[in-house]
Amino acid sequence: MTSRALIEVKNLSVLFPLYHGSSRSLKKMVVAAASGRLAQDQQQRVVVRALTDINVHLESGDRLGLVGSNGAGKTTLLRVLAGIYEPVLGSLRVRGSLNALLDPNLGMNMELTGRENILLRGLYNGLPRSALPRLEEDVAEFAELSDFLDLPVRIYSAGMVVRLGFALATAIKPQILLMDEWFLAGDAVFMEKARMRLEEMVRGADILVLSSHQNEIVRQWCSRVLWLDQGKVLADGPADEVLNRYTGSIPHHPADALV
Amino acid sequence: MSSAVTTIAPPKELHLRADMTIATRNRWAMADLADGMHLWRLAWALGWLDIRLRYRGSMLGPFWLTISTGVMVAALGVLYSTLFKIELKEYLPFLALSQVLWGFLAALVSEACGVFTDAEGVIRSVRMPFFVFSMRGLIRNAIVLGHNIVVIVVVFAIFRMWPHPGSLMALPGLLLWAIDALALTLLLGGFCARFRDIQPIVNSIMQIAFFMTPVIWKPNQLSASGIANLAFNPFYDLLEIVRGPILGSDIAVTTWIGACVYSVALCAISWAFFVRARGRIAFWV
Repeated sequence: MTSRALIEVKNLSVLFPLYHGSSRSLKKMVVAAASGRLAQDQQQRVVVRALTDINVHLESGDRLGLVGSNGAGKTTLLRVLAGIYEPVLGSLRVRGSLNALLDPNLGMNMELTGRENILLRGLYNGLPRSALPRLEEDVAEFAELSDFLDLPVRIYSAGMVVRLGFALATAIKPQILLMDEWFLAGDAVFMEKARMRLEEMVRGADILVLSSHQNEIVRQWCSRVLWLDQGKVLADGPADEVLNRYTGSIPHHPADALV
Repeated sequence: MSSAVTTIAPPKELHLRADMTIATRNRWAMADLADGMHLWRLAWALGWLDIRLRYRGSMLGPFWLTISTGVMVAALGVLYSTLFKIELKEYLPFLALSQVLWGFLAALVSEACGVFTDAEGVIRSVRMPFFVFSMRGLIRNAIVLGHNIVVIVVVFAIFRMWPHPGSLMALPGLLLWAIDALALTLLLGGFCARFRDIQPIVNSIMQIAFFMTPVIWKPNQLSASGIANLAFNPFYDLLEIVRGPILGSDIAVTTWIGACVYSVALCAISWAFFVRARGRIAFWV
């Protein structure tokens, strides 16, 4: 590793203007401009405050869990840390190689063969040509596709697609690992193996940021927890402390047990 | 258990602020271009992939493009050479070349609108230079052009028009096209992601431009009718700098100047837009 990994988020806010329907149209803007209401229109644009005034400082060794209900801003925060959404207010500094496991099927194409998908992923990650054979070998071995590797993904069984997607996503070792909770899907036998590989990766990463609804996983992997609610930080501290407060606050509906 | 994962992600450093100065934004936009070019192999692979997927399962694949262009040129050639009372031998090579080149331009402009919105899934799940998607659009259309060139070659061979050294002068023109295409995809790609009703506008502009530009008719037909002014049609200048040398006709210096002026203007507008909008595109797609 070249330098120590670092994530520093200062006073960060992200607002999503709602571009739905007519508010997005050029016509409305032209009409508004013609009638001298453009500025006003801009001010009155409906925005969603996805994240408000977030401050996070993470260094090598930190394992941060993000908890909160749906729509609390967990995934948005991960996207901000990954550099996808740039700060609307505040600043973000990230140092170190980064892998964000946000979309299980990132760049995966059903018409391509497993092997071609692996190579494509290598290209997406800007790997040098020399690293590709190793990547291919690793993914093929883990996903257990054997003869299917040279057939189009379209004819794979659902389980095989999950295995390939997982193997691809976890094939590249980062200093900073950002993880959304989708990876906990898949069949049981594969799960055990997947878990081992994932734990391996988590251990290897300098910084982990994990977003999950499964408090046990957070408790197991994270040393620190950030509790988000409606885009604001409700609590930030040692995992057990925050998780206890968090679980205490959730009403125990059967529906919640499912998520 | 020892780690099977030995591939290490390339390191990077990111420092983003909301209140960036124009100079900083400019630096980020330049970095986007540089990083994008670094990923040229990805852009190349994606461009080819687009073509493969478009023609998946078909036996002739992209050569359907060649066939349909060929049939189109043959039909239009016979019809218009009669209507315009021009000899087929003189008209058809002109038409084949014009039609193929215009097809490239028109598709490029039209597809420029979708370069970012089509890649929505990727843009929202990984930080990726936007320039990659611009290059992808250019490469995809260059591949189509490559297939259509067969039509030009066949028509030229039928009428015994062999390449001459002057044809090489088309190369600087093509280079200018490539630069313009990349600038245009950055501009229209971002603009159309923000305002979804730009795409139909662009399509109808291209439709009108097709008739207003000497693609199926010859520029000298217009001057014969007493109207000599094609100076304010950017498409004419740009088309002529590539078409002229291949047909062996002389290009006026003003045509080259026009093409360069339009290109510089396009690049400047596009850059100004991209510097401002780059950080917002992920919110728009």
